[in-house]
Amino acid sequence: MWFEDLLISLKQQIVMIAPEHFRPVFSAMLSTIPILSAFGGLFAVITLVERKMLGRIQNRYGPNRVGPGGIFQPIADGIKMLTKEDIIPFSANQFLHLIAPLLLLVTAMLGLAVIPFGHKLVAVEFEAGILFFFAIGGAAELAVFIAGWASRNKYALLGSLRAIAQMISYEIPLVLSSVAVLMAAGSLSLPEVVEAQAGGIQSWYIWTPWGFLGCILFLIATLAEVNRSPFDIPEAESELIAGHMTEYSGFKYAIFFLAEFVAMFAMCALTATLFLGGFHAPLPILDFIPGPFWLFAKLILLVLLFIWIRGTMPRLRADQLMEFAWKFMLPMSVMNLVTTGVWISLGGGVFAWVVGAVMNAGAYFGWSRLLSQSSRVKPRVYRYAEETKANV
Amino acid sequence: MNLVFAIIALITLASAIAAMCLRNLVHCVLCLTVTFTGIAMTYLQLSAQFVGFSQIMVYVGAVSVLVIFALLMTRGGNELNLRDWNPRHWLIGLGTGLLTFGVMATGIFKSSLTRSAAPDSKTESVKTIGESLLNEYVLPLEALALLLTVALIGAALLAMPERKTASSPHSDRPQTKGDPTN
Amino acid sequence: MIGKGILKGMVETARNMVGSFHDPERMVTVEYPEQKIPAKESARNFPMLIFDGDDWESGLRCVSCQICEKECPPQCIYIEKDTEKKPDFLGKPQFKPKVFDIDISVCMSCQICVEVCPFESIRMNREFEYAGENRFSRLILHKEDLAKSNTYYHDIHPTEATETDGVREQKRQDHLAKERAKAEKAAQAKKAAAEKAAKEEQETASK
Repeated sequence: MWFEDLLISLKQQIVMIAPEHFRPVFSAMLSTIPILSAFGGLFAVITLVERKMLGRIQNRYGPNRVGPGGIFQPIADGIKMLTKEDIIPFSANQFLHLIAPLLLLVTAMLGLAVIPFGHKLVAVEFEAGILFFFAIGGAAELAVFIAGWASRNKYALLGSLRAIAQMISYEIPLVLSSVAVLMAAGSLSLPEVVEAQAGGIQSWYIWTPWGFLGCILFLIATLAEVNRSPFDIPEAESELIAGHMTEYSGFKYAIFFLAEFVAMFAMCALTATLFLGGFHAPLPILDFIPGPFWLFAKLILLVLLFIWIRGTMPRLRADQLMEFAWKFMLPMSVMNLVTTGVWISLGGGVFAWVVGAVMNAGAYFGWSRLLSQSSRVKPRVYRYAEETKANV
Repeated sequence: MNLVFAIIALITLASAIAAMCLRNLVHCVLCLTVTFTGIAMTYLQLSAQFVGFSQIMVYVGAVSVLVIFALLMTRGGNELNLRDWNPRHWLIGLGTGLLTFGVMATGIFKSSLTRSAAPDSKTESVKTIGESLLNEYVLPLEALALLLTVALIGAALLAMPERKTASSPHSDRPQTKGDPTN
Repeated sequence: MIGKGILKGMVETARNMVGSFHDPERMVTVEYPEQKIPAKESARNFPMLIFDGDDWESGLRCVSCQICEKECPPQCIYIEKDTEKKPDFLGKPQFKPKVFDIDISVCMSCQICVEVCPFESIRMNREFEYAGENRFSRLILHKEDLAKSNTYYHDIHPTEATETDGVREQKRQDHLAKERAKAEKAAQAKKAAAEKAAKEEQETASK
């Protein structure tokens, strides 16, 4: 609490500098600048941590030439990206070509506005905060389409259509998994969701049966929304060069990756807020450590989990991806909602926990068994060969 | 009529006019998206947060993408230009637009909406929307759910590969499925 | 269960990652240029000229016979003979090379020059760090770059060097034996001539 009160009083002191008329704008800027700089710095650090951690998983060192242990590598990468030539195709739509990465970055960063970093530290306090987050995430698809279309490149267009299809398919399980949390917390606003998980690690939503499944589904959907491995068809080198980012070079390409990482951070922060208790410490005695520290610790743990998954799994094919979203994750998230309703109506005690766990586990195992049975290999049908043979 | 509303209204109107008048269809759709965003900002200015964010989520996030997909799937990438129209259509269109605007404006100004005071923003919360959806308006909600289910099933039916009938050239193929001795 | 394979894979990668810190067998990275993989004995890259002793100019084995220049398939060797003869290790006067250039952008390390050299002077080096500052620098190796001592040759190719030394020793022994035989024959001829002269003198004296 002391950290949050200190920050708020500091901000109120600084706002007094500005003249009367500009105070709201100045106050908004003062809320925004620390968040943006913190996440910008985190982006630089996480790119290095990702490369070194992937290297260790693959039995090699990560980058270790620039600076001791490679810690200046992000600076070197930044300099490289800034000094590259900015090539824009001649027949591309110049205005849209410029706007697309900026729009993607804006939608990614707007999502950071509603996350509660501390006790009263929310940049914008909306009553329907989580709806704002998902609405802005939906607008990101449009930016991907503009990027692919403005490049005037058939393959970039195809890549962007595939990326949009992927993002749309995984948006439904994403939203439905979070609706379970909203049902339990009783409000759409994120500070209230965090308040409902106050009191230590036992009251976090991830230990409830619906919270556990919901968190797993939410994390998988997050991986697919930010085009990260194993769902990284839009940005893999062997898939249509770079999909919608083919005709981008230099700093605009860096902005695409910045937007992807910031979106990943925003969604990890949202996961921590919804399922892991937000800025609350795991034990009440550790409450003196300020809230933002706990939120960033949980965020970094989730990002390390994402890097671990990236180092483990091969890429999913486009049709496998869509099948997974529509045939597995959507029914599971709907089932999760039903379990949440049952859990809430049974009061939330041990009996409700057991019933909820049985329902979720039964749905998971039963549905996965059903799906794997239906995809057994059938005899091959040569449709066009048979037809031409019949016609001749 | 404060400054923010004036700016938002100007952006909305300008993008709507651009969506009508531009030649390239994809540019039209993008201007339409800006119009949708303008409308959402108007909702937000009235503190209707749920409606505003739903507007962004549904219209900007889904409907625009749907229109773009429909355009690209049916027309291809490059020949998205409208053919030239003659000025007589322009006159008829303007007349129809003015007529519609007149009817709607008369209807709004004569109704009770302009005479009652604006509701307090605190009473319009998501909770009241949810409660009224499930208490007062439960029949429209269920009808809407049915409509959406029908649309989903229809889309799945349209997208399914065609079924073979009995008189197809495949019916005299030897049945090898599930019989290891054959 | 639908996620079992993924979880097993994640356990394996975690074991890899943790093991890479304390298990030296896992990290097979050789951090060039601080660490280098030791080369095998028969590794070869471009040719070098061997010299015996300390002074590379006078101990150079090459006698510019130009056989390697004629046999080289891509013709990357350029030789110019010296104008005066100097003695080699056997004592015979030979022409040393004034200019001996190898174009390493052309040389294909086929080792034909090594196979045909009758004087055991050109052998294969294994140095590969020939990077220069601009595009065309250090692409031609001159006589001074190519001259390497016999001790260096023993360092990089020990069995080959010992064999070559054996061959040269054999040559020297043969040469010495031949010289001895020639000297003996000359001495015998001289003795026979002296005897013959003495006998003739005796005959003229008795007449």
